[in-house]
Amino acid sequence: MNTLAHGEASSYRSFLESGDRKGILAWILSTDHKRIGILYLACMVSLFFVAVIIGVLMRIEQLSTSHHIFPPAIYNAFFTVHGVIMIFMFVLPGASAVFGNFFLPIMIGARDVSFPRLNLMSWYFFIVGALVVIASLFTGDGPPDAGWTFYVPFSLRTGTNIPLGVFGVFLLGFSSILTGINFITTVHRMRAPGMTWHHMPLFVWATYATAWVQVLATPIIGVTLLLVIAERIFGIGVFDPAKGGDPVLYQHLFWIYSHPAVYIMILPAMGAITEVIPTFAHRTIFGYRAIAYSSIGIAGLGSLVWGHHMFTSGMGNAANLMFSLFTFLVAVPSAIKVFNWTATLYKGSIEVKPPMLFALTFVFLFSIGGLTGLIQGALNVNVHLHDTYWIVGHFHYVMFGGTGMGFFAALLHWFPKMFGKMYNERVAAISWFPIFIGFNMLYGGMLVLGYLGMPRRYYTHLPQYSTGHLIASIGGFIMAIGLVLFFANLVVALFKGKKAESNPWGGVTLEWHTPSPPPLENFEEIPVIKDRPYIFNPETAQ
Amino acid sequence: MSTAPAHAHPVHKDYQGAKFGMWLFLFTEILLFGGLFLLYSIYRSMYPIDFHNGGKHLNVIIGVANTVILLTSSLTVAVAITAIQKGNKKLTLACLGVTIVFALMFLANKYIEWSAEIRHGIYPNGPELLKMPNGEKIFYGLYYSMTGLHGLHVLAGIIALLITLDFVRRDKITGTDFNKLENVGLYWHLVDVIWIFLLPLLYLAA
Amino acid sequence: MEHAEEQGHVVPYRTLVKVWLLLLILTAVLVFVSTAFHEALSVAALLTLTPLKAGLVFFYFMHLKYERPFLKAMVFMVLGVLILFIGLTFLDISYR
Repeated sequence: MNTLAHGEASSYRSFLESGDRKGILAWILSTDHKRIGILYLACMVSLFFVAVIIGVLMRIEQLSTSHHIFPPAIYNAFFTVHGVIMIFMFVLPGASAVFGNFFLPIMIGARDVSFPRLNLMSWYFFIVGALVVIASLFTGDGPPDAGWTFYVPFSLRTGTNIPLGVFGVFLLGFSSILTGINFITTVHRMRAPGMTWHHMPLFVWATYATAWVQVLATPIIGVTLLLVIAERIFGIGVFDPAKGGDPVLYQHLFWIYSHPAVYIMILPAMGAITEVIPTFAHRTIFGYRAIAYSSIGIAGLGSLVWGHHMFTSGMGNAANLMFSLFTFLVAVPSAIKVFNWTATLYKGSIEVKPPMLFALTFVFLFSIGGLTGLIQGALNVNVHLHDTYWIVGHFHYVMFGGTGMGFFAALLHWFPKMFGKMYNERVAAISWFPIFIGFNMLYGGMLVLGYLGMPRRYYTHLPQYSTGHLIASIGGFIMAIGLVLFFANLVVALFKGKKAESNPWGGVTLEWHTPSPPPLENFEEIPVIKDRPYIFNPETAQ
Repeated sequence: MSTAPAHAHPVHKDYQGAKFGMWLFLFTEILLFGGLFLLYSIYRSMYPIDFHNGGKHLNVIIGVANTVILLTSSLTVAVAITAIQKGNKKLTLACLGVTIVFALMFLANKYIEWSAEIRHGIYPNGPELLKMPNGEKIFYGLYYSMTGLHGLHVLAGIIALLITLDFVRRDKITGTDFNKLENVGLYWHLVDVIWIFLLPLLYLAA
Repeated sequence: MEHAEEQGHVVPYRTLVKVWLLLLILTAVLVFVSTAFHEALSVAALLTLTPLKAGLVFFYFMHLKYERPFLKAMVFMVLGVLILFIGLTFLDISYR
């Protein structure tokens, strides 16, 4: 693979300098997968900060039990919108749409995805969906207040603007489906000569598995959301208990999608971590096939555990038992990945640069998230923990500690490649401290609060929970400062960063053999792959 | 390479890839309707008698007529594909035209059927439907959702078929490059398959 | 066209018409059984004849018969996933 490094040829123009159009049109009309990836990145980071601000406002409200800054209705809208933005516009498309778009074609030695125009259309669905959700806040009879899960019958009875918000989420789902179709086809059809399935980098495997879940699970929520809209507008009665409908069936349909969606969120982040860890341990990945197949295993098993969100919803006992069993089983492929990452580190020459720092944080926080998940996966314990802050803490450990940290690690890892600029590594490392400390105060605090009985989604709390809420809120503020520092560093680097080398970290997968940033067509000549990925020392590799 | 080419991406045609992408899209359609089939099967097991009675009010003749129409339109699309493969442009155009006419007939029947039911007060929140037992309300809720979503797919199919017809006319789809026609055909057949399931579930439920 | 050789299989007109006739006959049988006979029989007919009809459309009209084994496998995988979803939901409904 090393034969195709060509350094900084004088004639080369990066994708950022190529193209006929100027200004914003060069972006929003471009079908280049790299530009689309960056479009997603810019939108997602902006939306992420909107949701962070809403999160901070919620933590401010929880500072006091006697002084209320926001009325309950606004607080309800806050947790709904925070959830909808974070889930559907940041963590769910996050690592897949940004890094999958930018790097999947490069990593398999292709010039673009299979359907470039469809790819751009998928971004338009994303942005229109996001705008529709935001519009739902300011139109109709008040912002949606049913939580990001839109559970019936409340979402049918509340007068707020649920239909428009739900329609926005439907459009976002469409974007996700189109991206999934594109990635599956790309992996099947566009691999470079010699890029066999077992020569593919593991990020590609993870994104591929994700894409299948996107294609198979998303339509279910699509039709469910359409039914909620039809229910609100025409009163079709399918989910309405007054007309004989069964609200638990809504929960089934919702989680048939939304549990696999958790794996849509986490798998690409896991894939990114699998790229970062061998690069900074300078050692080939341990258990390539185990990691690759465990991605498929997670995608498959993860589609069969949705019922563990509904243990207290009045589901039958047989279903409860089965879903609890599957829940314990799905921990196996996740654990396989964690063990293989740690085994990769063993006897590696580990360099803890910023991407690695965040990657290791991912492994640590995701493990906490996974283990707390097993606790609430047990039927009896779940009765106590359901709908408490424990759940909130758990899924933030998985979603933010997992996907979020994975996203940050990937961003630090690939930033020099994407923009050709180097950020300040020291500032990136410093920003880690407030993020990590604040994170554990906030969500660790939530775990304890929930275990003590603090229910989720209450706009205020009883005095005995005040200390816990105070710690969590302070943690939240510390983390927010860290996040601002983290992204400010990257924004400064965009404009004033030093020029990045083509391979600053000593990576070996294909993207590091292109200049930084890559040229429009990625490769002068389509590379021919002769060996596995992750061979750092060709002499000792057998 | 001296300079980057002016046009961004070289036009590359990947016939197998395009068809595979279409199949993946069809998978999403199967699961989209799959959610409704899931609801249908569960509610039918909850309210077997009401579903039986609900089916009685539906017009079996229109249901069967629409089945024959869609099956035949499926045939004409399939023939259109074979025709273009054999280079018979005239037959392709004729078949596509007939398909569109069939699709419009399907929608016309649907219109007649729905308006008759609505006249009788059988529609969501309609006076007659509200008097019926809960199971029948659900049955009609599902009936309108399923046939409505299917009808929207027929409408989208008509638009796609019209565009395809125009492409064939202007020789943008030819005997050597007919992937677009084939993909529209795949979509149209799936719309047919879904109706194949809707007929016994709704009209023959009695 | 360099890809000309991999452009789809040509299904003869005769085959298509035969499949169409078969589909019409199956529809007639289905309607007849469901109106003329017993409930259980009509459910049995529904569960066998309908997938058979769908299978005919998939295999002949949609050329699935001539596709790669991988695509065939994926179609069955998708149907399997849907059946699994429905089955696991029934696990709840049947034992409440």
